[in-house]
Amino acid sequence: MGATIAEKILSRRAGRAVAPGDVVVIDADYAMANDGSGPMSIRLFDRLEMPVRHPERIVLVVDHYVPCPNDKVAGLLKEMADFAARHGIKLFRAGDGICHRLMPEQGYVRPGAVVVGADSHSTTYGALNAFAAGIGSSDFAGVLATGRLWLQAPASIRIELAGALGAGVYAKDLALHVVGEIGADGGTYRVLEYGGAGVASIDMEGRFTLCNMGVETGAKAAVMPCDAVTERWIRDNPHLEDAAAAGGVAADADAAYAGRLAVDLSRLEPMLAAPHRVDNVHPVADWQETAISSAVIGTCTNGSLEDMRIAAAILAPRGIASGVQLLVVPPSRQILAQAIAEGLISVFVEKGAVIVPPGCGPCCGALNGVPADGGVAVSTANRNFKGRMGNVNSEVFLASPATVAASAATGHITDPRRLSDV
Amino acid sequence: MSDPAAGKAWVFGDDVNTDYIISSKRKRDTLDPVKLAAFLMEDIRPGFGGMVSPGDFLVGGRNFGCGSAMEIATDVIRGAGIRAVLAKSFSRTFFRNGINGGLLMIAVDTDGIAEGDPLAVEERGGATGVRNLRTGRDYAGAGVSPLLDEIARAGGLIAYLRLNRGFGLTPDGRAGKD
Ligand code: SF4
Repeated sequence: MGATIAEKILSRRAGRAVAPGDVVVIDADYAMANDGSGPMSIRLFDRLEMPVRHPERIVLVVDHYVPCPNDKVAGLLKEMADFAARHGIKLFRAGDGICHRLMPEQGYVRPGAVVVGADSHSTTYGALNAFAAGIGSSDFAGVLATGRLWLQAPASIRIELAGALGAGVYAKDLALHVVGEIGADGGTYRVLEYGGAGVASIDMEGRFTLCNMGVETGAKAAVMPCDAVTERWIRDNPHLEDAAAAGGVAADADAAYAGRLAVDLSRLEPMLAAPHRVDNVHPVADWQETAISSAVIGTCTNGSLEDMRIAAAILAPRGIASGVQLLVVPPSRQILAQAIAEGLISVFVEKGAVIVPPGCGPCCGALNGVPADGGVAVSTANRNFKGRMGNVNSEVFLASPATVAASAATGHITDPRRLSDV
Repeated sequence: MSDPAAGKAWVFGDDVNTDYIISSKRKRDTLDPVKLAAFLMEDIRPGFGGMVSPGDFLVGGRNFGCGSAMEIATDVIRGAGIRAVLAKSFSRTFFRNGINGGLLMIAVDTDGIAEGDPLAVEERGGATGVRNLRTGRDYAGAGVSPLLDEIARAGGLIAYLRLNRGFGLTPDGRAGKD
């Protein structure tokens, strides 16, 4: 019987044919922790009294608390920086960007690799045909000490894409549709494996968005095939010069799946997740009268340069509705620099947006951009749990950058296709 | 409660996420699970941290612990002295972190457990289960792989790795099993 992409990657790494349910101990090519999970990992690691096995395979990122909000967090961030310096580990500092943007952008992910991160949205890296999963702090401490971790091999759900997305409809709308179809726990212990002729029409940025949100179904990982889009992205990435030779991993035609979902991309419309569940997914058109008080563009889900371009194009001729606070969060220093060079940041600033430094910003309520009681936020992020943005008496809608920008322009939830020039 | 070994069941619904277990904003001030335990579940049940006692049990529905992968969620539960978490299903990172942290987690149909039921942990033939002293029903965990069982028995992943100096050898010198 054939194997899925995940089964092939794990089998190759384990040195034997791995079936769903098997527990294997395998090497990680790279392991990442951020300032949310890193400090605890370091303390757990110190209890092991072992050296760091492969410092060159470890990446630490300061992204949740940027800039640092208080003296206690400052102490934790210093612990992280000192630890990185002491062990010769790569550290991305405050302002460099969000871990899930930096890992692919800075060349730590390639086809066929096993990459783990002490953060749930580490599933993002599967866009590059890697097996990538979120782990905890003990796991990360274990990887520091041994280079390895235990994994239970998951079965996969096949998501078969056909056709291409229409105007005003984006990968984010597909990602929300998939979460709505599979449900918030329908992917638990599974891998979402994308395939079918429609995949070719989705660019790498869209693939990152899709794999990022894969975890919202409970999935362990999400994975894309390696195709011409992947190869071009790798060729264009200066940090991944030799990766084109790495070779992608394809699923066998007779691989066994735990479930299947077919999506005709041409039939999709702009979607949103309404409060307070990520799988409470509806067409944007059904919620058009809902007034908003804030809008967020960015985060690890939707902060690509292309996303910024889409938002700027909608806002440039219209501005931001009075009473709406627009927060723009470039997900990395590189994207911020590019957005400045292209004049996109000028558009946002002139129209009255707040530019938040590269990092997680308002996404998880740890820092800034907290809505008031009764506030309604529309965000390009990936979670809308009650209190997610820091106030349990506010609501968060999730949508594409086009929908968020259109809503910021009008002051209420707006299907971007209803704006005349989009 | 008549049985001194029993703890009280606190019943929650489906999809209790890690932000509900411990809000991100609390993690700015401390990472001490015992201090954070005062804020356990505060967004969905204000004041819960003051009501729950060491030895009590959390009972959930489906997809318990969904959301973030942060281990602080399982740590805060242990910090509150929770004896075990029973739920219809667990999110995978929460389950991982629970195993790695030595937290007892039992995936069972929790429909028959009511708020306030007296529950007690029981060892039965090498397996750990939970008994509902009101209904008399037993709840046993699903069998886990030998490695995960060893990790649990060692008291969590850190203790396991300390004992074995990695994943390599088991305490009696056998090569570590996958
Ligand atoms: S941007 Fe939001 S979802 Fe992404 S890593 Fe940061 S807090 Fe998590």
